[in-house]
Amino acid sequence: MMDAGRHPNITLLTYSEVEEISGYVGNFSARIRKRARSVNADLCTGCGTCQEKCPRKVLDTGFEAGMGKRKAIYFPFAQSIPNIPVIDRDACLYFTKGRCKICEKSCPTGAIDYEQKDELLDVDVGAIIVATGFGMWDPVQLPQYSYGLSPNIITGLQFERLSSAGGPTGGEILTAEGKKPERVAIIHCVGSRDHNAHEYCSRVCCMYSLKQAHLVRDKTGAEVYEFYMDMRAFGKAYEEFYERVQEEGVTFIRGRGAEVEILPDGKLRVKGDDANLGRLVAADVDMVVLATAIEPHPDSDRVASIFGLGRTPDGWFAEAHPKLRPVETATAGIFLAGCAQGPRDVPDTVAHAGAAALEAVRMFNQGEVTISPTVAVVNQDECVGCGECIISCPYTAIARNADGKAEVNPALCHGCGTCVATCPAGAITALHFTDEEIVAQIDGLLALTA
Amino acid sequence: MNQSIEQPNFEPRIVAFLCNWCSYAGADNAGIARMESPANVLPIRVMCSGRVSPEMVLRAFRSGADGVLVLGCHIGDCHYISGNHRTAKRMPLVRNLLGYIGINPDRLRLDWVSSAEAPKFAHVTKEFVETVRALGPIAEEIAE
Repeated sequence: MMDAGRHPNITLLTYSEVEEISGYVGNFSARIRKRARSVNADLCTGCGTCQEKCPRKVLDTGFEAGMGKRKAIYFPFAQSIPNIPVIDRDACLYFTKGRCKICEKSCPTGAIDYEQKDELLDVDVGAIIVATGFGMWDPVQLPQYSYGLSPNIITGLQFERLSSAGGPTGGEILTAEGKKPERVAIIHCVGSRDHNAHEYCSRVCCMYSLKQAHLVRDKTGAEVYEFYMDMRAFGKAYEEFYERVQEEGVTFIRGRGAEVEILPDGKLRVKGDDANLGRLVAADVDMVVLATAIEPHPDSDRVASIFGLGRTPDGWFAEAHPKLRPVETATAGIFLAGCAQGPRDVPDTVAHAGAAALEAVRMFNQGEVTISPTVAVVNQDECVGCGECIISCPYTAIARNADGKAEVNPALCHGCGTCVATCPAGAITALHFTDEEIVAQIDGLLALTA
Repeated sequence: MNQSIEQPNFEPRIVAFLCNWCSYAGADNAGIARMESPANVLPIRVMCSGRVSPEMVLRAFRSGADGVLVLGCHIGDCHYISGNHRTAKRMPLVRNLLGYIGINPDRLRLDWVSSAEAPKFAHVTKEFVETVRALGPIAEEIAE
Protein backbone atom coordinates (compact mmCIF):
# COMPACT_ATOMS: atom_id res chain seq x y z
CA MET A 1 0.00 0.00 0.00
CA MET A 2 2.85 2.34 0.89
CA ASP A 3 4.53 1.56 -2.43
CA ALA A 4 1.35 2.49 -4.28
CA GLY A 5 1.12 5.70 -2.27
CA ARG A 6 4.69 6.68 -3.17
CA HIS A 7 4.71 5.63 -6.82
CA PRO A 8 5.12 8.65 -9.12
CA ASN A 9 2.65 7.23 -11.66
CA ILE A 10 -0.08 6.47 -9.14
CA THR A 11 -2.43 9.12 -7.82
CA LEU A 12 -4.29 7.79 -4.80
CA LEU A 13 -7.69 9.34 -4.21
CA THR A 14 -8.84 8.04 -0.85
CA TYR A 15 -12.09 9.09 0.84
CA SER A 16 -13.40 9.67 -2.69
CA GLU A 17 -16.23 8.24 -4.75
CA VAL A 18 -16.81 7.89 -8.46
CA GLU A 19 -20.14 9.52 -9.22
CA GLU A 20 -20.38 9.25 -12.97
CA ILE A 21 -18.64 7.50 -15.85
CA SER A 22 -19.01 8.51 -19.47
CA GLY A 23 -17.17 7.67 -22.67
CA TYR A 24 -15.88 4.33 -23.83
CA VAL A 25 -12.83 2.08 -23.81
CA GLY A 26 -9.68 4.21 -24.01
CA ASN A 27 -11.68 7.41 -23.55
CA PHE A 28 -13.51 7.24 -20.26
CA SER A 29 -14.22 10.31 -18.24
CA ALA A 30 -14.84 9.89 -14.53
CA ARG A 31 -16.42 12.41 -12.21
CA ILE A 32 -15.00 11.83 -8.75
CA ARG A 33 -16.24 13.34 -5.51
CA LYS A 34 -13.31 13.90 -3.18
CA ARG A 35 -14.98 14.15 0.16
CA ALA A 36 -13.97 16.78 2.65
CA ARG A 37 -11.83 15.23 5.39
CA SER A 38 -11.66 18.62 7.17
CA VAL A 39 -7.87 18.36 7.19
CA ASN A 40 -5.61 20.10 4.68
CA ALA A 41 -3.60 17.23 3.20
CA ASP A 42 -0.79 19.56 2.04
CA LEU A 43 -0.14 20.89 5.55
CA CYS A 44 -0.76 17.75 7.62
CA THR A 45 2.37 15.85 8.65
CA GLY A 46 0.50 12.91 10.12
CA CYS A 47 1.89 13.51 13.64
CA GLY A 48 -1.36 12.36 15.27
CA THR A 49 -1.51 15.07 17.96
CA CYS A 50 -5.10 15.95 16.99
CA GLN A 51 -6.25 12.36 17.44
CA GLU A 52 -4.51 12.22 20.81
CA LYS A 53 -6.07 15.48 22.08
CA CYS A 54 -9.59 14.98 20.69
CA PRO A 55 -11.99 14.64 23.67
CA ARG A 56 -14.72 12.81 21.78
CA LYS A 57 -14.65 9.00 21.69
CA VAL A 58 -17.06 6.91 19.63
CA LEU A 59 -17.48 3.22 18.96
CA ASP A 60 -15.44 2.20 15.93
CA THR A 61 -17.72 0.09 13.78
CA GLY A 62 -15.24 0.33 10.89
CA PHE A 63 -11.77 -1.04 11.37
CA GLU A 64 -12.29 -2.15 14.99
CA ALA A 65 -15.54 -3.97 14.01
CA GLY A 66 -17.27 -2.61 17.10
CA MET A 67 -14.62 -4.03 19.47
CA GLY A 68 -12.93 -0.71 20.23
CA LYS A 69 -13.31 3.03 20.18
CA ARG A 70 -11.86 5.78 18.10
CA LYS A 71 -11.77 9.58 18.32
CA ALA A 72 -13.91 11.98 16.29
CA ILE A 73 -10.76 12.97 14.41
CA TYR A 74 -8.97 9.78 13.57
CA PHE A 75 -6.76 7.74 11.30
CA PRO A 76 -8.92 4.90 9.94
CA PHE A 77 -6.22 2.45 11.09
CA ALA A 78 -2.52 2.45 11.98
CA GLN A 79 -0.23 3.01 8.99
CA SER A 80 -3.14 4.10 6.82
CA ILE A 81 -2.18 5.50 3.44
CA PRO A 82 -2.18 8.47 3.15
CA ASN A 83 -1.26 9.12 6.76
CA ILE A 84 -3.82 11.91 7.17
CA PRO A 85 -6.65 11.90 9.70
CA VAL A 86 -10.29 12.67 8.96
CA ILE A 87 -12.97 14.36 11.06
CA ASP A 88 -16.15 12.35 11.53
CA ARG A 89 -18.56 15.28 11.24
CA ASP A 90 -21.42 13.33 12.79
CA ALA A 91 -19.41 12.76 15.97
CA CYS A 92 -17.21 15.90 16.19
CA LEU A 93 -18.22 18.27 19.01
CA TYR A 94 -17.52 21.35 16.87
CA PHE A 95 -19.71 20.13 14.01
CA THR A 96 -22.51 18.86 16.28
CA LYS A 97 -22.45 21.40 19.13
CA GLY A 98 -20.46 24.29 17.65
CA ARG A 99 -17.64 24.37 20.20
CA CYS A 100 -14.36 22.60 21.03
CA LYS A 101 -11.82 23.16 18.21
CA ILE A 102 -9.18 21.41 20.33
CA CYS A 103 -7.73 19.74 17.25
CA GLU A 104 -7.27 23.10 15.55
CA LYS A 105 -5.49 24.48 18.61
CA SER A 106 -3.28 21.44 19.00
CA CYS A 107 -2.28 21.06 15.34
CA PRO A 108 1.32 22.27 14.95
CA THR A 109 0.95 23.02 11.23
CA GLY A 110 -2.53 24.58 11.18
CA ALA A 111 -3.86 21.83 8.91
CA ILE A 112 -7.36 21.59 10.41
CA ASP A 113 -9.91 23.13 8.04
CA TYR A 114 -13.48 23.01 9.28
CA GLU A 115 -14.72 24.84 6.17
CA GLN A 116 -13.33 22.29 3.70
CA LYS A 117 -15.88 21.30 1.04
CA ASP A 118 -16.25 18.21 -1.17
CA GLU A 119 -14.30 18.63 -4.40
CA LEU A 120 -15.47 17.36 -7.78
CA LEU A 121 -12.73 16.13 -10.08
CA ASP A 122 -13.13 15.20 -13.74
CA VAL A 123 -10.48 12.70 -14.75
CA ASP A 124 -9.86 11.22 -18.20
CA VAL A 125 -8.89 7.57 -18.03
CA GLY A 126 -8.35 4.80 -20.56
CA ALA A 127 -9.36 1.82 -18.44
CA ILE A 128 -11.14 1.21 -15.16
CA ILE A 129 -10.50 -1.53 -12.59
CA VAL A 130 -13.32 -2.11 -10.15
CA ALA A 131 -11.90 -3.47 -6.90
CA THR A 132 -14.57 -2.52 -4.39
CA GLY A 133 -14.12 -5.56 -2.17
CA PHE A 134 -16.79 -7.22 -0.10
CA GLY A 135 -19.15 -6.66 2.79
CA MET A 136 -19.71 -8.83 5.85
CA TRP A 137 -22.96 -10.71 6.22
CA ASP A 138 -24.71 -9.69 9.44
CA PRO A 139 -25.37 -12.78 11.60
CA VAL A 140 -28.33 -11.07 13.32
CA GLN A 141 -30.30 -12.34 10.32
CA LEU A 142 -30.15 -15.92 11.61
CA PRO A 143 -31.39 -15.65 15.23
CA GLN A 144 -30.40 -19.21 16.19
CA TYR A 145 -26.81 -18.01 16.58
CA SER A 146 -27.89 -15.45 19.26
CA TYR A 147 -25.49 -12.89 17.80
CA GLY A 148 -25.81 -9.56 19.58
CA LEU A 149 -27.36 -11.13 22.69
CA SER A 150 -24.05 -11.92 24.39
CA PRO A 151 -20.78 -9.97 24.07
CA ASN A 152 -18.95 -13.29 23.93
CA ILE A 153 -20.57 -14.29 20.65
CA ILE A 154 -18.38 -12.57 18.07
CA THR A 155 -17.70 -12.76 14.36
CA GLY A 156 -14.43 -13.87 12.81
CA LEU A 157 -13.59 -10.27 11.96
CA GLN A 158 -14.12 -9.22 15.58
CA PHE A 159 -11.87 -12.05 16.71
CA GLU A 160 -9.18 -10.64 14.43
CA ARG A 161 -9.29 -7.39 16.45
CA LEU A 162 -9.04 -9.35 19.71
CA SER A 163 -5.98 -11.22 18.55
CA SER A 164 -4.30 -8.20 16.95
CA ALA A 165 -1.44 -6.60 18.87
CA GLY A 166 -2.89 -3.21 17.88
CA GLY A 167 -6.41 -4.18 18.93
CA PRO A 168 -8.44 -3.22 22.00
CA THR A 169 -6.91 -5.93 24.22
CA GLY A 170 -3.39 -5.53 22.90
CA GLY A 171 -3.54 -8.94 21.30
CA GLU A 172 -4.78 -10.91 24.29
CA ILE A 173 -7.69 -13.18 23.56
CA LEU A 174 -10.10 -12.33 26.37
CA THR A 175 -13.82 -12.73 26.97
CA ALA A 176 -15.96 -9.64 27.53
CA GLU A 177 -15.38 -10.18 31.28
CA GLY A 178 -11.65 -9.75 30.72
CA LYS A 179 -10.77 -13.38 31.45
CA LYS A 180 -8.92 -15.91 29.37
CA PRO A 181 -11.48 -18.28 27.87
CA GLU A 182 -11.20 -21.95 28.84
CA ARG A 183 -13.32 -23.30 26.01
CA VAL A 184 -13.99 -21.68 22.65
CA ALA A 185 -16.33 -22.81 19.85
CA ILE A 186 -15.87 -21.82 16.22
CA ILE A 187 -18.86 -22.29 13.91
CA HIS A 188 -18.21 -22.49 10.18
CA CYS A 189 -20.54 -21.56 7.31
CA VAL A 190 -22.58 -18.93 9.19
CA GLY A 191 -24.55 -17.27 6.41
CA SER A 192 -22.88 -19.24 3.62
CA ARG A 193 -23.81 -22.63 2.15
CA ASP A 194 -27.19 -22.00 3.70
CA HIS A 195 -30.48 -21.82 1.81
CA ASN A 196 -31.73 -19.30 4.36
CA ALA A 197 -28.82 -16.95 3.68
CA HIS A 198 -26.18 -17.14 0.93
CA GLU A 199 -26.05 -20.38 -0.99
CA TYR A 200 -22.47 -19.94 -2.20
CA CYS A 201 -19.36 -21.04 -0.33
CA SER A 202 -17.70 -17.95 1.07
CA ARG A 203 -14.33 -19.63 0.54
CA VAL A 204 -12.10 -17.80 3.00
CA CYS A 205 -13.78 -18.82 6.26
CA CYS A 206 -12.41 -22.37 6.60
CA MET A 207 -8.83 -21.18 6.52
CA TYR A 208 -9.28 -18.15 8.77
CA SER A 209 -11.19 -20.30 11.25
CA LEU A 210 -8.33 -22.80 11.32
CA LYS A 211 -5.91 -19.94 11.88
CA GLN A 212 -8.07 -18.60 14.69
CA ALA A 213 -8.27 -22.06 16.28
CA HIS A 214 -4.48 -22.17 16.15
CA LEU A 215 -4.25 -18.71 17.75
CA VAL A 216 -6.61 -19.66 20.57
CA ARG A 217 -4.60 -22.83 21.30
CA ASP A 218 -1.34 -20.93 21.08
CA LYS A 219 -2.27 -17.86 23.13
CA THR A 220 -4.66 -19.25 25.73
CA GLY A 221 -4.38 -23.02 25.67
CA ALA A 222 -8.19 -23.17 25.72
CA GLU A 223 -10.07 -26.15 24.32
CA VAL A 224 -11.37 -25.39 20.84
CA TYR A 225 -14.44 -26.97 19.24
CA GLU A 226 -14.82 -26.39 15.50
CA PHE A 227 -18.20 -27.14 13.98
CA TYR A 228 -17.69 -27.57 10.25
CA MET A 229 -19.63 -29.10 7.36
CA ASP A 230 -16.72 -29.68 4.97
CA MET A 231 -13.18 -28.47 5.49
CA ARG A 232 -12.22 -26.60 2.35
CA ALA A 233 -8.45 -26.37 2.65
CA PHE A 234 -8.15 -25.66 -1.05
CA GLY A 235 -4.89 -23.77 -1.50
CA LYS A 236 -1.19 -24.45 -1.50
CA ALA A 237 0.00 -25.61 1.94
CA TYR A 238 -3.55 -25.24 3.31
CA GLU A 239 -4.16 -28.97 3.84
CA GLU A 240 -0.86 -29.21 5.69
CA PHE A 241 -1.97 -26.37 7.95
CA TYR A 242 -5.26 -28.16 8.62
CA GLU A 243 -3.30 -31.24 9.71
CA ARG A 244 -1.09 -29.14 11.95
CA VAL A 245 -4.14 -27.61 13.69
CA GLN A 246 -5.56 -31.11 14.15
CA GLU A 247 -2.32 -32.14 15.81
CA GLU A 248 -2.53 -29.12 18.10
CA GLY A 249 -5.51 -30.74 19.77
CA VAL A 250 -8.45 -28.84 18.31
CA THR A 251 -11.68 -30.88 18.44
CA PHE A 252 -13.31 -31.00 15.02
CA ILE A 253 -17.02 -31.76 14.86
CA ARG A 254 -18.35 -32.53 11.43
CA GLY A 255 -21.80 -30.97 11.19
CA ARG A 256 -23.40 -27.56 11.10
CA GLY A 257 -23.45 -25.70 14.40
CA ALA A 258 -27.20 -25.41 14.75
CA GLU A 259 -27.81 -23.15 17.71
CA VAL A 260 -26.10 -21.06 20.37
CA GLU A 261 -27.95 -20.96 23.67
CA ILE A 262 -27.09 -18.44 26.39
CA LEU A 263 -27.16 -20.26 29.74
CA PRO A 264 -28.33 -18.48 32.95
CA ASP A 265 -24.72 -18.14 34.19
CA GLY A 266 -23.76 -16.39 30.94
CA LYS A 267 -21.96 -19.39 29.48
CA LEU A 268 -22.76 -20.39 25.93
CA ARG A 269 -24.02 -23.77 24.84
CA VAL A 270 -23.38 -24.63 21.20
CA LYS A 271 -25.59 -27.40 19.86
CA GLY A 272 -25.13 -29.22 16.62
CA ASP A 273 -25.11 -32.61 15.06
CA ASP A 274 -22.02 -34.70 14.61
CA ALA A 275 -22.44 -36.41 11.27
CA ASN A 276 -19.54 -38.77 11.96
CA LEU A 277 -21.02 -39.97 15.26
CA GLY A 278 -24.55 -39.75 13.91
CA ARG A 279 -25.95 -37.99 16.95
CA LEU A 280 -26.58 -34.56 18.44
CA VAL A 281 -23.78 -32.96 20.43
CA ALA A 282 -23.41 -29.87 22.60
CA ALA A 283 -20.45 -27.94 24.00
CA ASP A 284 -20.54 -25.40 26.83
CA VAL A 285 -18.02 -22.67 26.06
CA ASP A 286 -16.93 -19.18 27.14
CA MET A 287 -16.67 -17.70 23.65
CA VAL A 288 -18.25 -18.41 20.28
CA VAL A 289 -16.66 -17.24 17.03
CA LEU A 290 -18.99 -17.19 14.03
CA ALA A 291 -17.24 -17.64 10.68
CA THR A 292 -19.62 -15.30 8.90
CA ALA A 293 -19.92 -15.20 5.14
CA ILE A 294 -18.52 -12.46 3.00
CA GLU A 295 -21.08 -10.95 0.67
CA PRO A 296 -21.21 -8.33 -2.10
CA HIS A 297 -20.43 -4.85 -0.84
CA PRO A 298 -23.57 -2.98 0.28
CA ASP A 299 -22.81 -0.28 -2.34
CA SER A 300 -22.89 -2.79 -5.19
CA ASP A 301 -26.21 -1.58 -6.61
CA ARG A 302 -24.87 1.94 -7.05
CA VAL A 303 -21.49 0.82 -8.33
CA ALA A 304 -23.18 -1.49 -10.86
CA SER A 305 -25.34 1.31 -12.22
CA ILE A 306 -22.49 3.85 -12.36
CA PHE A 307 -20.12 1.51 -14.21
CA GLY A 308 -22.79 -0.40 -16.14
CA LEU A 309 -21.74 -3.73 -14.62
CA GLY A 310 -23.72 -6.95 -14.76
CA ARG A 311 -24.22 -9.04 -11.62
CA THR A 312 -24.50 -12.75 -11.03
CA PRO A 313 -27.64 -13.94 -9.20
CA ASP A 314 -25.76 -13.92 -5.87
CA GLY A 315 -24.95 -10.22 -6.35
CA TRP A 316 -21.24 -10.26 -7.23
CA PHE A 317 -20.15 -8.32 -10.31
CA ALA A 318 -20.27 -10.49 -13.40
CA GLU A 319 -17.13 -11.31 -15.33
CA ALA A 320 -17.26 -11.60 -19.14
CA HIS A 321 -16.76 -15.37 -18.97
CA PRO A 322 -16.45 -17.44 -15.78
CA LYS A 323 -13.52 -19.49 -17.06
CA LEU A 324 -11.94 -17.75 -20.02
CA ARG A 325 -12.32 -14.04 -19.21
CA PRO A 326 -12.43 -13.84 -15.42
CA VAL A 327 -11.16 -10.26 -15.05
CA GLU A 328 -12.93 -8.55 -17.94
CA THR A 329 -16.50 -7.28 -17.77
CA ALA A 330 -19.06 -7.09 -20.55
CA THR A 331 -18.03 -3.46 -21.02
CA ALA A 332 -14.73 -3.10 -22.85
CA GLY A 333 -12.08 -1.32 -20.79
CA ILE A 334 -13.63 -2.09 -17.39
CA PHE A 335 -11.99 -4.87 -15.38
CA LEU A 336 -12.67 -6.55 -12.05
CA ALA A 337 -10.22 -7.39 -9.30
CA GLY A 338 -10.62 -9.34 -6.08
CA CYS A 339 -13.76 -9.93 -4.08
CA ALA A 340 -15.80 -7.50 -6.17
CA GLN A 341 -16.13 -10.46 -8.56
CA GLY A 342 -16.57 -13.23 -6.01
CA PRO A 343 -15.19 -14.54 -2.70
CA ARG A 344 -11.45 -15.17 -2.79
CA ASP A 345 -8.54 -15.15 -0.37
CA VAL A 346 -5.44 -12.94 -0.34
CA PRO A 347 -3.15 -14.87 -2.75
CA ASP A 348 -5.99 -15.30 -5.24
CA THR A 349 -6.91 -11.62 -4.94
CA VAL A 350 -3.32 -10.59 -5.58
CA ALA A 351 -3.21 -12.83 -8.66
CA HIS A 352 -6.60 -11.58 -9.88
CA ALA A 353 -5.64 -7.95 -9.38
CA GLY A 354 -2.35 -8.50 -11.19
CA ALA A 355 -4.24 -10.01 -14.10
CA ALA A 356 -6.64 -7.05 -14.20
CA ALA A 357 -3.78 -4.54 -14.17
CA LEU A 358 -2.00 -6.44 -16.91
CA GLU A 359 -5.13 -6.64 -19.06
CA ALA A 360 -5.39 -2.85 -18.86
CA VAL A 361 -1.70 -2.36 -19.67
CA ARG A 362 -1.87 -4.85 -22.53
CA MET A 363 -4.75 -2.89 -24.00
CA PHE A 364 -2.78 0.37 -23.80
CA ASN A 365 0.34 -1.15 -25.34
CA GLN A 366 -1.59 -2.45 -28.31
CA GLY A 367 -2.69 1.10 -29.00
CA GLU A 368 -5.93 -0.10 -30.54
CA VAL A 369 -8.80 -2.23 -29.34
CA THR A 370 -10.66 -5.03 -31.02
CA ILE A 371 -14.40 -4.59 -30.80
CA SER A 372 -17.14 -7.07 -31.50
CA PRO A 373 -18.30 -6.97 -35.13
CA THR A 374 -21.95 -7.12 -34.04
CA VAL A 375 -22.60 -3.39 -34.13
CA ALA A 376 -25.36 -1.32 -35.69
CA VAL A 377 -24.89 0.82 -38.78
CA VAL A 378 -27.22 3.51 -40.11
CA ASN A 379 -28.08 3.67 -43.81
CA GLN A 380 -27.68 7.40 -44.35
CA ASP A 381 -29.95 7.38 -47.41
CA GLU A 382 -32.89 5.97 -45.48
CA CYS A 383 -32.47 7.76 -42.13
CA VAL A 384 -35.02 10.53 -41.67
CA GLY A 385 -33.30 11.93 -38.59
CA CYS A 386 -36.24 11.42 -36.24
CA GLY A 387 -33.95 10.61 -33.32
CA GLU A 388 -35.94 7.65 -31.96
CA CYS A 389 -32.81 5.50 -32.01
CA ILE A 390 -30.88 8.09 -30.01
CA ILE A 391 -33.48 7.81 -27.24
CA SER A 392 -33.57 4.01 -27.39
CA CYS A 393 -29.81 3.41 -27.22
CA PRO A 394 -28.77 2.25 -23.73
CA TYR A 395 -25.14 3.29 -24.40
CA THR A 396 -25.57 6.78 -25.92
CA ALA A 397 -23.69 5.33 -28.89
CA ILE A 398 -25.87 7.15 -31.44
CA ALA A 399 -25.67 10.85 -32.21
CA ARG A 400 -26.77 13.14 -35.01
CA ASN A 401 -24.09 13.94 -37.56
CA ALA A 402 -23.64 17.18 -39.50
CA ASP A 403 -26.46 16.18 -41.89
CA GLY A 404 -28.87 15.77 -38.98
CA LYS A 405 -28.91 12.02 -39.47
CA ALA A 406 -28.16 9.31 -36.94
CA GLU A 407 -24.70 7.88 -36.77
CA VAL A 408 -23.47 5.00 -34.56
CA ASN A 409 -20.14 5.22 -32.76
CA PRO A 410 -18.92 1.61 -33.15
CA ALA A 411 -16.63 1.92 -30.12
CA LEU A 412 -19.63 2.60 -27.90
CA CYS A 413 -22.14 0.29 -29.61
CA HIS A 414 -22.61 -3.07 -27.93
CA GLY A 415 -24.77 -4.49 -30.70
CA CYS A 416 -27.98 -5.09 -28.75
CA GLY A 417 -30.09 -4.09 -31.76
CA THR A 418 -32.70 -2.14 -29.82
CA CYS A 419 -32.28 0.80 -32.22
CA VAL A 420 -32.78 -1.54 -35.19
CA ALA A 421 -36.14 -2.65 -33.86
CA THR A 422 -37.05 0.92 -32.94
CA CYS A 423 -36.18 2.71 -36.22
CA PRO A 424 -39.47 3.56 -37.96
CA ALA A 425 -37.71 3.93 -41.31
CA GLY A 426 -35.91 0.58 -41.08
CA ALA A 427 -32.70 2.44 -41.73
CA ILE A 428 -30.52 0.67 -39.15
CA THR A 429 -28.90 -2.71 -39.66
CA ALA A 430 -27.47 -4.85 -36.87
CA LEU A 431 -24.43 -6.46 -38.44
CA HIS A 432 -24.56 -10.26 -38.17
CA PHE A 433 -28.13 -10.04 -36.91
CA THR A 434 -29.74 -8.43 -39.95
CA ASP A 435 -33.46 -8.69 -40.64
CA GLU A 436 -32.67 -10.93 -43.60
CA GLU A 437 -30.62 -13.29 -41.46
CA ILE A 438 -33.29 -13.58 -38.78
CA VAL A 439 -36.09 -14.03 -41.32
CA ALA A 440 -34.05 -16.72 -43.07
CA GLN A 441 -33.72 -18.52 -39.72
CA ILE A 442 -37.47 -18.27 -39.05
CA ASP A 443 -38.34 -19.55 -42.51
CA GLY A 444 -35.67 -22.23 -42.41
CA LEU A 445 -36.74 -23.60 -39.03
CA LEU A 446 -40.43 -23.57 -39.96
CA ALA A 447 -39.70 -25.25 -43.30
CA LEU A 448 -37.75 -27.98 -41.54
CA THR A 449 -40.63 -28.76 -39.21
CA ALA A 450 -43.46 -28.30 -41.77
CA MET B 1 -60.43 -26.70 -26.89
CA ASN B 2 -62.58 -28.19 -29.65
CA GLN B 3 -59.76 -27.93 -32.07
CA SER B 4 -57.37 -29.81 -29.85
CA ILE B 5 -59.93 -32.59 -29.50
CA GLU B 6 -60.40 -32.68 -33.24
CA GLN B 7 -56.66 -32.76 -33.79
CA PRO B 8 -55.14 -34.86 -31.04
CA ASN B 9 -51.83 -35.05 -32.86
CA PHE B 10 -51.44 -31.33 -33.44
CA GLU B 11 -47.91 -30.29 -32.56
CA PRO B 12 -47.67 -26.51 -32.51
CA ARG B 13 -44.60 -24.84 -33.91
CA ILE B 14 -43.27 -22.09 -31.72
CA VAL B 15 -40.72 -19.52 -32.84
CA ALA B 16 -38.82 -18.42 -29.75
CA PHE B 17 -36.66 -15.30 -29.77
CA LEU B 18 -34.05 -15.76 -27.05
CA CYS B 19 -31.71 -13.04 -25.95
CA ASN B 20 -28.06 -14.03 -26.11
CA TRP B 21 -27.14 -13.27 -22.51
CA CYS B 22 -29.98 -14.54 -20.36
CA SER B 23 -32.57 -16.67 -22.08
CA TYR B 24 -30.39 -18.38 -24.68
CA ALA B 25 -27.94 -19.23 -21.90
CA GLY B 26 -30.89 -20.36 -19.77
CA ALA B 27 -32.02 -22.66 -22.58
CA ASP B 28 -28.46 -23.93 -22.91
CA ASN B 29 -28.28 -24.65 -19.20
CA ALA B 30 -31.63 -26.44 -19.32
CA GLY B 31 -30.05 -28.74 -21.90
CA ILE B 32 -26.84 -29.19 -19.92
CA ALA B 33 -28.90 -30.06 -16.84
CA ARG B 34 -30.83 -32.61 -18.91
CA MET B 35 -34.15 -30.92 -18.27
CA GLU B 36 -36.97 -31.76 -20.60
CA SER B 37 -38.26 -28.94 -22.75
CA PRO B 38 -40.56 -29.36 -25.74
CA ALA B 39 -39.05 -29.79 -29.19
CA ASN B 40 -41.85 -27.61 -30.55
CA VAL B 41 -39.78 -24.58 -29.64
CA LEU B 42 -37.61 -23.31 -32.48
CA PRO B 43 -35.00 -21.05 -30.91
CA ILE B 44 -33.66 -17.98 -32.67
CA ARG B 45 -30.83 -16.16 -30.97
CA VAL B 46 -30.85 -12.37 -30.90
CA MET B 47 -28.38 -10.25 -29.00
CA CYS B 48 -31.14 -8.61 -26.96
CA SER B 49 -34.88 -9.05 -26.68
CA GLY B 50 -34.97 -5.36 -27.65
CA ARG B 51 -33.88 -6.46 -31.13
CA VAL B 52 -37.22 -8.21 -31.70
CA SER B 53 -39.25 -5.77 -33.76
CA PRO B 54 -43.01 -6.12 -34.25
CA GLU B 55 -42.27 -6.98 -37.88
CA MET B 56 -40.23 -10.01 -36.75
CA VAL B 57 -43.13 -11.33 -34.68
CA LEU B 58 -45.61 -10.80 -37.52
CA ARG B 59 -43.19 -12.32 -39.98
CA ALA B 60 -42.95 -15.47 -37.88
CA PHE B 61 -46.75 -15.81 -37.88
CA ARG B 62 -46.85 -15.19 -41.62
CA SER B 63 -44.30 -17.94 -42.14
CA GLY B 64 -46.59 -20.35 -40.32
CA ALA B 65 -45.60 -20.23 -36.66
CA ASP B 66 -48.45 -21.22 -34.34
CA GLY B 67 -46.99 -19.20 -31.52
CA VAL B 68 -44.20 -16.74 -30.83
CA LEU B 69 -42.29 -16.67 -27.57
CA VAL B 70 -40.06 -13.73 -26.67
CA LEU B 71 -37.72 -14.32 -23.75
CA GLY B 72 -35.33 -11.77 -22.31
CA CYS B 73 -33.41 -10.89 -19.18
CA HIS B 74 -35.34 -9.85 -16.10
CA ILE B 75 -36.00 -6.13 -15.81
CA GLY B 76 -32.94 -4.62 -14.19
CA ASP B 77 -30.70 -7.47 -15.32
CA CYS B 78 -30.51 -6.64 -19.01
CA HIS B 79 -27.01 -7.09 -20.36
CA TYR B 80 -27.69 -3.95 -22.37
CA ILE B 81 -28.91 -2.00 -19.33
CA SER B 82 -32.38 -1.11 -20.70
CA GLY B 83 -32.92 -3.02 -23.96
CA ASN B 84 -35.59 -5.19 -22.34
CA HIS B 85 -37.51 -2.11 -21.16
CA ARG B 86 -38.31 -1.53 -24.82
CA THR B 87 -39.42 -5.13 -25.19
CA ALA B 88 -41.63 -4.82 -22.13
CA LYS B 89 -43.40 -1.87 -23.72
CA ARG B 90 -43.41 -3.20 -27.28
CA MET B 91 -44.78 -6.73 -26.88
CA PRO B 92 -48.11 -5.77 -25.21
CA LEU B 93 -48.68 -3.41 -28.15
CA VAL B 94 -47.96 -6.20 -30.61
CA ARG B 95 -50.43 -8.40 -28.73
CA ASN B 96 -53.12 -5.75 -29.21
CA LEU B 97 -52.25 -5.56 -32.86
CA LEU B 98 -52.61 -9.32 -33.26
CA GLY B 99 -56.23 -9.07 -32.09
CA TYR B 100 -56.99 -6.63 -34.89
CA ILE B 101 -55.60 -8.87 -37.57
CA GLY B 102 -57.47 -11.93 -36.35
CA ILE B 103 -54.73 -13.73 -34.45
CA ASN B 104 -55.39 -14.65 -30.85
CA PRO B 105 -53.05 -12.44 -28.73
CA ASP B 106 -52.31 -15.44 -26.52
CA ARG B 107 -50.22 -16.80 -29.37
CA LEU B 108 -47.57 -14.25 -28.38
CA ARG B 109 -45.96 -14.54 -24.99
CA LEU B 110 -43.27 -12.41 -23.39
CA ASP B 111 -41.43 -13.68 -20.34
CA TRP B 112 -38.14 -13.20 -18.53
CA VAL B 113 -35.70 -16.08 -18.10
CA SER B 114 -32.23 -15.47 -16.69
CA SER B 115 -29.23 -17.63 -17.52
CA ALA B 116 -29.53 -19.24 -14.09
CA GLU B 117 -33.19 -20.13 -14.59
CA ALA B 118 -32.98 -23.34 -16.58
CA PRO B 119 -36.00 -24.82 -14.75
CA LYS B 120 -38.02 -21.70 -15.60
CA PHE B 121 -37.09 -22.04 -19.27
CA ALA B 122 -38.37 -25.62 -19.28
CA HIS B 123 -41.53 -24.58 -17.43
CA VAL B 124 -42.36 -21.56 -19.60
CA THR B 125 -41.83 -23.45 -22.85
CA LYS B 126 -43.95 -26.40 -21.73
CA GLU B 127 -46.72 -24.13 -20.55
CA PHE B 128 -46.71 -22.06 -23.73
CA VAL B 129 -46.75 -25.13 -25.98
CA GLU B 130 -49.85 -26.32 -24.12
CA THR B 131 -51.48 -22.87 -24.46
CA VAL B 132 -50.89 -22.87 -28.20
CA ARG B 133 -51.87 -26.50 -28.55
CA ALA B 134 -55.24 -25.59 -27.05
CA LEU B 135 -55.60 -22.71 -29.49
CA GLY B 136 -55.06 -25.04 -32.45
CA PRO B 137 -53.21 -24.51 -35.72
CA ILE B 138 -52.86 -20.90 -36.81
CA ALA B 139 -53.87 -21.73 -40.38
CA GLU B 140 -57.36 -22.64 -39.17
CA GLU B 141 -57.66 -19.51 -37.06
CA ILE B 142 -56.80 -17.26 -40.00
CA ALA B 143 -59.10 -19.22 -42.32
CA GLU B 144 -62.06 -18.61 -40.01
